[in-house]
Parts: sequence; structure tokens; C-alpha cells
Amino acid sequence: MNAPRLRTRKIDVKNGRVDLTHGSGGRAMAQLIGDIFREAFDNDLLAQGNDQAQFDMPAGRLAMTTDGYVVSPLFFPGGDIGSLSIHGTINDLAMAGARPLHLSASFILEEGFPLADLQRIADSMGAAARAAGVKIVTGDTKVVERGKADGVFISTAGIGIVPEGLNLSGDNARPGDAILVSGSIGDHGVAIMSSRENLQFETEIRSDSAALDGLVGNMVAACGDSLRLMRDPTRGGLAATLNEIAHQSGVGIRIEEDALPIRKEVAAACELLGLDPLYVANEGKLVAFVAAEAAEKLLSVMRAHELGRDAAIIGHVVKDEHHFVQMATSFGGDRIVDWLSGEQLPRIC
Amino acid sequence: MKYVDEYRDGKLARQIAAAIRAEAKPDRIYRFMEFCGGHTHAIARYGLEDLLPANVRMIHGPGCPVCVLPVGRMDDAIKLARRPEVTLCTYADLMRVPSSDGMSLLKAKAEGADIRMVYSTLDALRIAREEPGRKVVFFAIGFETTTPPTAMAILNAQAEGLKNFFVFCNHVLTPAAISALVGDPKAAASVPLDGFVGPAHVSTVIGTKPYAEFAEDYGKAVVIAGFEPLDVMQSILMLVRQINEGRAEIENEYIRAVTPEGNVKAQDIVAKVFELRDSFEWRGLGAVPFSALQLREEYAAFDAEKVFDIHTVPAKDNPACECGAILRGEKKPVDCKLFGTLCTPDMPMGSCMVSSEGSCAAHWTYGRFRDAQNTKQETRKAS
Repeated sequence: MNAPRLRTRKIDVKNGRVDLTHGSGGRAMAQLIGDIFREAFDNDLLAQGNDQAQFDMPAGRLAMTTDGYVVSPLFFPGGDIGSLSIHGTINDLAMAGARPLHLSASFILEEGFPLADLQRIADSMGAAARAAGVKIVTGDTKVVERGKADGVFISTAGIGIVPEGLNLSGDNARPGDAILVSGSIGDHGVAIMSSRENLQFETEIRSDSAALDGLVGNMVAACGDSLRLMRDPTRGGLAATLNEIAHQSGVGIRIEEDALPIRKEVAAACELLGLDPLYVANEGKLVAFVAAEAAEKLLSVMRAHELGRDAAIIGHVVKDEHHFVQMATSFGGDRIVDWLSGEQLPRIC
Repeated sequence: MKYVDEYRDGKLARQIAAAIRAEAKPDRIYRFMEFCGGHTHAIARYGLEDLLPANVRMIHGPGCPVCVLPVGRMDDAIKLARRPEVTLCTYADLMRVPSSDGMSLLKAKAEGADIRMVYSTLDALRIAREEPGRKVVFFAIGFETTTPPTAMAILNAQAEGLKNFFVFCNHVLTPAAISALVGDPKAAASVPLDGFVGPAHVSTVIGTKPYAEFAEDYGKAVVIAGFEPLDVMQSILMLVRQINEGRAEIENEYIRAVTPEGNVKAQDIVAKVFELRDSFEWRGLGAVPFSALQLREEYAAFDAEKVFDIHTVPAKDNPACECGAILRGEKKPVDCKLFGTLCTPDMPMGSCMVSSEGSCAAHWTYGRFRDAQNTKQETRKAS
């Protein structure tokens, strides 16, 4: 994404398609980058036009992450692969309590992909980045032959600054800690499923795709000392996240089915499709483990933020050598909430 | 969620549980088999065992179509899928079932076989319509519930003149399997049963009448029940009452969906397209006479077994695998050496671990914390 600006006629975004010359390193590639990406992402660091971005860093510990995005379909209710690729990477940084700073973006484009769709995706990425106050400072574009990819795959990486004294990590959970979730679970997965053509299912559900750094900032400011860890329950859903933490921290977890925030529409869709909302992906939710005495305070801070309005305390950490995640069912019995085995539906993010 | 939450009401469940506790006589053990995997799943998922007294025991039956499919038929399906001209359409449950040589449809797909996961026969028909160059085979499996849609798909394909749609038929019949369980003196001796929680969705199609022989000839109490947890609790209470009163009858808890005659229209469609096989192998039960369906001669053009000349070779299970005894209710999942060690839902060896309705998978996924509790109690007792 570092080609020089060219003084030529703009590319035909409306009717054009990606072809192999757009990845060849020649004029066509420079034009694609200049006309679509540089304009959509517009910032001073990208404008340096080098093979890398150069910048000064504020003092403190850095957090770094990377993620690939292959969601199908590319556009879905509540978002698209572009905004998702920004939100997902910001959220991975935010789960350390880090303030996201800069992102990179790398594109694998399939020959024949409509430039209008690429423009729409790039604009969506630019808007998501600006809304979160981060810059896409460097990038890359490759084109593969038709049939060797599915439209567009995006990979983003990010760096952020962790506030001094904060040490959030998956091995920090201790018996007695309270577990909070920031809102309704399963929205993203069901939104994707309902927009897949082979699941003809009409629903009002929109993806929850959102950048959580603002919510996290408030949580850290209010309860940073008592926070043990945060994680965003994406693929594998809440169930996978809780099992990861139980194993990483060497503890057991008990949750209450009645306490789980689940939208009626999501519950109904899952019922019909034979899915369990606990295993369905989220893209704008977080799970927080916090010292029990700070749980109520954290809950009110979360509920005061737009993205945490439906936050709830869903359970607590217990001592358990088997590291089971157990749930008291609404029905009155107990059951295990196990890892997901196999795949509920592929290419959800 | 209306029409669902009502059947998952915890308060009502505790009331029914209290009634079961009050009415079950402490000096005897009640052994009931829930035939269907759907019931097994509900029992495990909602933790119903926690609500039942220790002397009311649920024995998990063979009513999971994936679990009872013999390995030889999986071998056939994989062989079919590997044919370059074939697109095999299957329900997702079957993707991970291991074949005799450790293959699965999932692995065959990764190797390049054209295997598509579908939600209904309509998806398979659509694929056949859209890709006339492909020979689209629907891997049909299931009890009486899923048989009418398969029959309908064949009739639709015929009406449309689709020449590239075929069915690999593995549909099996519930009453025949229950007969095999209660009619075989050896099986009856090893698993003495007082009664059955009868099939829910199957009975919406076939009605309650086909179960009459189990009450009349074999003296077993049968209560047809829905798949929601309250349905199961209520049916257990009804079974306890039948035993206490010395009755052996067919009762219907699932009156909101099941009638004595069932869905006659669906039965007619099935009868039009299918006929009984003389015998069919069930995993765990062996060859059971008149327990499965095949396409009638007039629909031979749609019959994958005839068109692709399939001759099933019986294949042996892993000798350590206890799926057979578990499906017959003789053993529990924890009695199997492979359970939780070599055989887990991620790496299933036996079929009971593959489908979420299989008793091993249900126990592993939802209930294995009880084994840890039991071990602890036993250790405490021993010391």
C-alpha cells in the first residue's frame, strides 16, 4: 500500500473488476491502492508512502495481535468483512486493556472481484478505524486467480499501549471471582447464518460487530485494580471462552442459565437450527473476570456504556481440579458446558 | 419463546419431581428406557437425572439413527462420494462418523470428494436441479420422522423429470427395534425393563397404535412423550404410576402432536415409495428382520444402491468399543474403556460418541462431572 501517487484517470470502480494486473506491482496496482485504499484509510502515516510506517511510540508496554477474516457472506446484517476486520483486531488488543493505536491491513483478492464491492469494504474499514480512533498505517494487496479464493480475504494486525500497572491475562482467574458478560450472546453467528443463502431464514437479528475499546477504557478506569482478565467470545462462543479460561487458570467455572442474556430472536433461531447460543460466535461482546467485591461496580460501569447496556453477572469461579465449566440449568439440573466439538458452521468471521 | 418456554419451566419440573419421589416405592427399582436419542439429549442437557430419585433409572436406548447405522453403510457412502461424477448430500451429523478404515465423510471431503452438508431434502433437490452434470445422491437416514421428506423428494424428482437425483436409503423402523429389545429373551434378561418413554416425532407420523404389542404381548408400560424436558418428566411420572397400579398400557403424553392414527397422508406417501427390507443390520442389535425400508421397484431409477451397484460388506467395530452393549442398554458409557480416553466427541471411535444424540456424546458433553463426583464419593467411602 506504498505505491507512489499517479496522475492518471481514476479506475472505473463502478463497473470494474479486480484482474491479475492489480497484484502485479505495476501501474494498475498503484492505481488500485491509491484510488481505493489510500482514500478510504486516509491518514498521515499511510501517506508517507513507504514499505513500512514509521512513528514514535508513547512509553509503556505494547500489545500486538493479528487476525485473518474469511467470513461468508462478505456483507451481512450489521456489518461486513471490512468493519469486522477492524473491530476484531481492536477487540483483541482491548482485551488486554490496551488502547489500540495502529493497524495494518493485508488483502488477498480473487480475480474478478467487483471493484465496487472492494470500495464498499475499504470505506467500511476506514469508517470503523476512524470511529475507534486508530489508523491503518500500512498494508499489502495480492491477487490470486479466479477460483483460488472467495472474493476477498483480509488480514489485519494491530498494536496498542497497555496502561501502566495493568496485567490482564487468562491465567489470572481465582476461585470466588465474578464473571460478567457485556450483552446478549450469539447475535453475530445467527446474523451470518440467516444471511447465508442455503439457510433461508428471515430474522431481525443484526451482527453485534463493534469495537469494544471504549467500553474497556471505562471498565479499566473504574475497576482496573480488581479486573483479572477479559476475553471476547468469538468463534466457539461463550462456551469456548469459559473453557479456555478454566484450563488456563486451573479453576472450575459455574454459570447460571437464567442469568445469560440471550435475545428472543436468537434463541428462537437457534432452537430451529439445532444450535446452542452458548457456542455461537460474537463480535462485539466481552467476558470479564473480576474480584467478587468489585462485581456490582463493574456491572454498573458496563451498563452505563452503550455497548454494555445488557451486561450481566453470569457466574463465578470455583475450585475444581477437573476444570469443568458447569451450568445450573433453568430447569433445575446441572450440566457441563463443554468445548465445541467439530464445527457448528464454517467461516463465521 | 412461546410454545417452548412453557415446556422448560423449572418450577413445574420440581413439582413433577416431587410427585415422582413421593409415588416411587422406595423398596423397588424402576427401569425405563427412553428409546429416542432426542430424549437422551434432553435428559442430559437439562440435567434431569439430578431431579430423579436414585431408584428411578433411565436406560438410554438405540433411538439415534446415526448411532445404529452399521459401519459397512458408512463405507458404502464414502465409496459413493469418492466417485468423480457423484455429489453426496448429507446431514451434518454423518460427517464425522468413522468408517471401517478410519475414514469419514469429513476426511473424504478434505481429499476432494464432492460432499455437501444439507439441512433438508429440498437442498439436495435444488443442487440436482442446478447442477445437471452431477449425479446428486442424498444420503437418507433416520427413523419414521425423516422418511416422508425422502419419499416426497423422490416423488418430486420423478414429477420434474430429474434424472440426476438418487437416494441412498438407510431409513429404519422404530417398532422393529423395540421388538428386538423386548422380544429377544437374552436381551430381555440382561436388561430387565419396566417400560418405555416412547418416541415423540416418530409417533407424530406413525401414531400410537404400532406400539400396542409392547403393552399387550410383552407387558411393558409405554408413554409416548415430547422432547422437551417437562414432557420427559411427566412421562416418567406416568410410567411410575402405571407400574404402581400394575398397568401395562400405551399412554400418550404428547397429545399436542400425536394421535392414535398418526399422519395418514405421510404414511401413504412412504408406502407408495418404500417397501420393507427382509432384514437390515443395526449397530448394536445385529440383523433385525423387517426393520428397514428400501425403494420400490418402480422407483429403481432413483435408488443409489441399484444405480451404483452397492453391495454392503459388513464391517467389524473396534473390539474394545462398547457401542453395541450401550445401545442395548446393557452398559453405560463409563463402562467402556475407550470412553473419554481414546473416544471423545473430537475423536470419536464409536458411533454413540458421534451424534449429539448418542448416549456417550450426551454423557460426555453434559454429564461427565457426575463421574468425578461419584469417584470422589467412592474414594471417601473406601477411606
